[in-house]
This record gives sequence, structure tokens and C-alpha cells, in this order.
Amino acid sequence: MTAPRHDWTIASDVNQIAPIVEAVAEMCAAAGFSSRLCRLNVPVALTEAMANAILRGNSNDPRRAVHVCAMVESEMLVLEVTDEGPGFDLDGVRCTPEDPGCMEREDGRGVFLMRKLMDQVENCCAQGTYGHTVRLRLRRA
Amino acid sequence: MSFTLTRDDERLIVDVDGQLVVSNRQEFKQLVLDEVEQGARLVIVDFSKSAYIDSSGLGALVSLGKRIREAGGELRLAALNEDLRTLFELTRLDALFPLYATRDDALAGR
Repeated sequence: MTAPRHDWTIASDVNQIAPIVEAVAEMCAAAGFSSRLCRLNVPVALTEAMANAILRGNSNDPRRAVHVCAMVESEMLVLEVTDEGPGFDLDGVRCTPEDPGCMEREDGRGVFLMRKLMDQVENCCAQGTYGHTVRLRLRRA
Repeated sequence: MSFTLTRDDERLIVDVDGQLVVSNRQEFKQLVLDEVEQGARLVIVDFSKSAYIDSSGLGALVSLGKRIREAGGELRLAALNEDLRTLFELTRLDALFPLYATRDDALAGR
């Protein structure tokens, strides 16, 4: 049986994040993910990944696209968010709330939250003409 | 997603209806900063109708808290559900903001 899969391609506009987040949360709920994962982990982590792609990867340039792919495999949600930017070293982003000065900073918590709310966060090879992909994995239980 | 502001002298209550996220955090910040400019000093953000916050929303609260403290005031957060509390605990921001069970508790500072 083929895993449920949905794809979206949007312009770089943060107002386009919410409908996709809502659709993915509904997809997870239908696949039997817990309500807490559907309410908290999936929406926050996907919002972070899409915001990074739009604001950093694509420099908030509406002419650049963001592609989102959501797949529910047997026991796993896999999300891929691809932008047209040059990418960055995800492993180099290791700031935590314990780092000096972090508490008073306005930004810098996005990757940390993704890692806390997902089981795996990694860079992966982009498909086609796009530039940079972040892949998130979350186990059902 | 919307914000309702209720002002009573130096007290300002902000009801967050929906998410506080990257798409509306600037609007949220500006609405509150305008009131602080006009004399609000005790700012209470009521999250009883809010589902979740992303890192941009958390960052907006950090920035506002700093500006309000600099103006001699205080930012208090009220009525966070379990999910929202989890986000504050993960990021350790529960140590930066007083979190109150209800709006009345936040008003009373208890």
C-alpha cells in the first residue's frame, strides 16, 4: 500500500504557512498520531521549518518557491521542506537555552525547537531545481 | 488569529485568539508597544484561546518583556495550556516570565 503523501508548492510568504500546517496536522490525526503530537509537535516544528525556508533560505523573496512534502509511512511522519537558498550546516546550529545570552535573544530558538519536537532533523539532497531541503521525522508513538 | 486589547489606566490585557506565530508576531509586538508608549505598565497576555506559539512568538514575548521592563513595567503571561507550558519549559523561558494559571491570578500577581 502506498503511503499517504501530499505536496504543496508556495511562494515565499509566511501567511501561507498556516493552511499547510493545518492540513498536515489533520493528515496525522487521520493516521492515528496522538492528539498532543497533532496539536503541538507537528504544527510547531513544521511552522519552524517553513519559516526558516521562507525567511532565511529564500530571503523572504516572493519570487522564490518553497516546496513541502508530507508522507505518513507505516509508523512515521516524514516532512521535507525545500527552499531555493544555498542551505546551511544544520549540525552547526547547536544553540541551547543554557548558552550565555540565549535567554534574552529574540531569535535563534527555531532549530532547537524542531529538534526537541521531532525525532530526527536533517539536511538532505534537494530534488530538481530547488536548493536546500530539511527533512523532519516523527514516530507515531 | 486575532488580538483583543483591553486597557484600564496602566493595565493592559491582551487576549490572543489563535496562534502567536511568525505571520502575526510583528502586529502583536506593535500593538503592545504602542500601548506601552502611551503609558501601559502592567501587561497581561491571556493565552486561554491560544493553541500554540512558535519560536517567533516566543521571541516577540522576550523582546516585549525587555522593553516593558525598561519602561518600568512588567509582562505577565496567563492561562497557558499544557502544550504552551511545554514550549516555555523546553526553552527555559518559564524562568524569564511569571506564568499565572488565570487572568485574575496574573492581575493579582499571585
